[in-house]
Amino acid sequence: MLLNIENLIKSYGTPDGFAQTVVDVSEFSLAAEQQTALCGTSGTGKTTFLNLIAGILQPDSGRIELDGSPISAASEAGRDRLRARTIGYIFQTFNLLHGYSCTENVLLGMSFGPGADRRRARGLLERMGLGQRLDHLPSQLSTGQQQRVAVARALANRPKLVLADEPTGNLDPASSAESLGLIRETCEENGAALLLVSHDRDVLGQFDDVRDLAEINRAAACPSAMEARP
Amino acid sequence: MSLLQIVLRSLRQHLLSTVITAFSIALASGLLMSVWVVKDQARENFTGVDSGFDGVFGARGSKLQLVLNSIFHLEASPGNLSWEQYGQIAADRRVATAVPIAVGDNYQGYRIVGVTTNLFNVEYREGKKYAVSNGYLFNPEKKQAVVGSFAAERLGLKVGDTFHPYHGLFFDENKQHSETYVVSGIMESSNTPSDRVIWIPIAGLQNMAGHNAETATDVSAVLVQLRGKSSGMMMNQEFNLQGDVMTFAWPIADTMSKLFNKIAPVEMVLRAVALLVALVAAGSILASIYNSMNERRREIAILRALGARRLTIFSVVVLEACGIAALGALAGFGVYFVIMSIAAWIIRQETGIVLSPLEFQPVMTWAPLAMLGLGALAGLVPAAKAYRTDVAENLTPIS
Repeated sequence: MLLNIENLIKSYGTPDGFAQTVVDVSEFSLAAEQQTALCGTSGTGKTTFLNLIAGILQPDSGRIELDGSPISAASEAGRDRLRARTIGYIFQTFNLLHGYSCTENVLLGMSFGPGADRRRARGLLERMGLGQRLDHLPSQLSTGQQQRVAVARALANRPKLVLADEPTGNLDPASSAESLGLIRETCEENGAALLLVSHDRDVLGQFDDVRDLAEINRAAACPSAMEARP
Repeated sequence: MSLLQIVLRSLRQHLLSTVITAFSIALASGLLMSVWVVKDQARENFTGVDSGFDGVFGARGSKLQLVLNSIFHLEASPGNLSWEQYGQIAADRRVATAVPIAVGDNYQGYRIVGVTTNLFNVEYREGKKYAVSNGYLFNPEKKQAVVGSFAAERLGLKVGDTFHPYHGLFFDENKQHSETYVVSGIMESSNTPSDRVIWIPIAGLQNMAGHNAETATDVSAVLVQLRGKSSGMMMNQEFNLQGDVMTFAWPIADTMSKLFNKIAPVEMVLRAVALLVALVAAGSILASIYNSMNERRREIAILRALGARRLTIFSVVVLEACGIAALGALAGFGVYFVIMSIAAWIIRQETGIVLSPLEFQPVMTWAPLAMLGLGALAGLVPAAKAYRTDVAENLTPIS
């Protein structure tokens, strides 16, 4: 398995001194090159779940193993390194850097991992249909084009796992279908597994493997559950 | 993209604040270098200029006033010596050369100094004698003048021109003498205070119409070259410590050093102000980058999400501060050159001392490096803030 998760728990402190558990996953796994969609509405802890897998957040307890490396037990620098080399992340709001051109945004996706490769960056953007927009700034692109730059950036470091958090949430239905197809195709071409979170039925309908986050995440099933801090 | 490319891009993204902050660094660095160089070169030049003489004899009074009057042509004469006293000095076996000078007149504010022609045999610097570059030396029997190069340039005088001297050291158009002097020659530039002087025969100045007839043979000072250092010590003992008729300013450099030592506290204040300006400029780097941190939190979070380590982000911010400081330090040389050009022009105009803005001074190395160091230090605070940026919190809203 590429990704193995066991007994994962993440809580946040509330202003009145309580701890609110937002992720409580007893078991989850993903095979290499597998494409899975998680159905999750707002408040089901989907972003936190993806951030835990990406090593952006540290779990309170449990184990996350990615490509044989225990990401949950790694130091922050170790998690950064693993993220830079193994994970591609597509955000709902794309999170492109606005002072950087399309090519530079994609180059940033590989700068902290395998190293910048301008030819690959250009190739990815051309694959996304942005060959004429290489030096454009994000502000000069349509929303759909920005999303495609974000996809190219997520694939730039040759990741083994691409995490996509509502990647089509900001697109109209036509662009959404086209974009999703492109994400799935390019992940397949690059040999990357895809873990996508969405609450859009049309998006979820395109995946063979769809799982309900509310079933996986016990905290999502009972989002108001609170427990006093020790 | 390399770290350096990210830093350069960030500087370009915040171009206006980068330029303004770098400009404040440039001003500070330029000011720092100027204050140090003016101070060091002024001291070096004022204590180094002796015009080729070991000492100066004058009326009983201040040695400093005597040196400023006779060597730098700045102060009023402390009093006169009689021609007999000059003769006594010239005849002293410890004296190799004695050159009497008389002051008290000017032309358009430039001093007219009466002197004997043996001044022009003295080497004011090793291998360099005062020389006439255009025309010829004045005839001691005639109303002729040789004009210092700077004075000639400022007054527009050339060989063959005539002028009327004015009484006193400061120009007053109502005090014109009736005598007419002809410019016989223009002096070669010596980069000494002599360049600002109009030289005429000493008898001409002594006997100018309107001068006191009783003091017609008096001299303002006698410039001397001695036969040895021990002669200076003996004459100092004889004229300054035991005698009460004349003052012997010797060695000339020591007299000027005492002046600079007296104004040392002023120099220290100037230096402290320049250092303070440097600190304020470093503060401007801190404020400029720190204030931009709020709007950059998302950008930092994105870089972190792409795999950038905390230390990488910290380094980017520190390097950005260093980059601004480096730009400023580089531009500081331009500011330095402008300040120094103006300062050198004013100092030459007022004293005849020539500063060399382009001459290398140690401050030209350490001041830019200090600005770079201060810039790096100033970058530490915003870098620490960037270091602590929470990725998840600033990336997307938690659902």
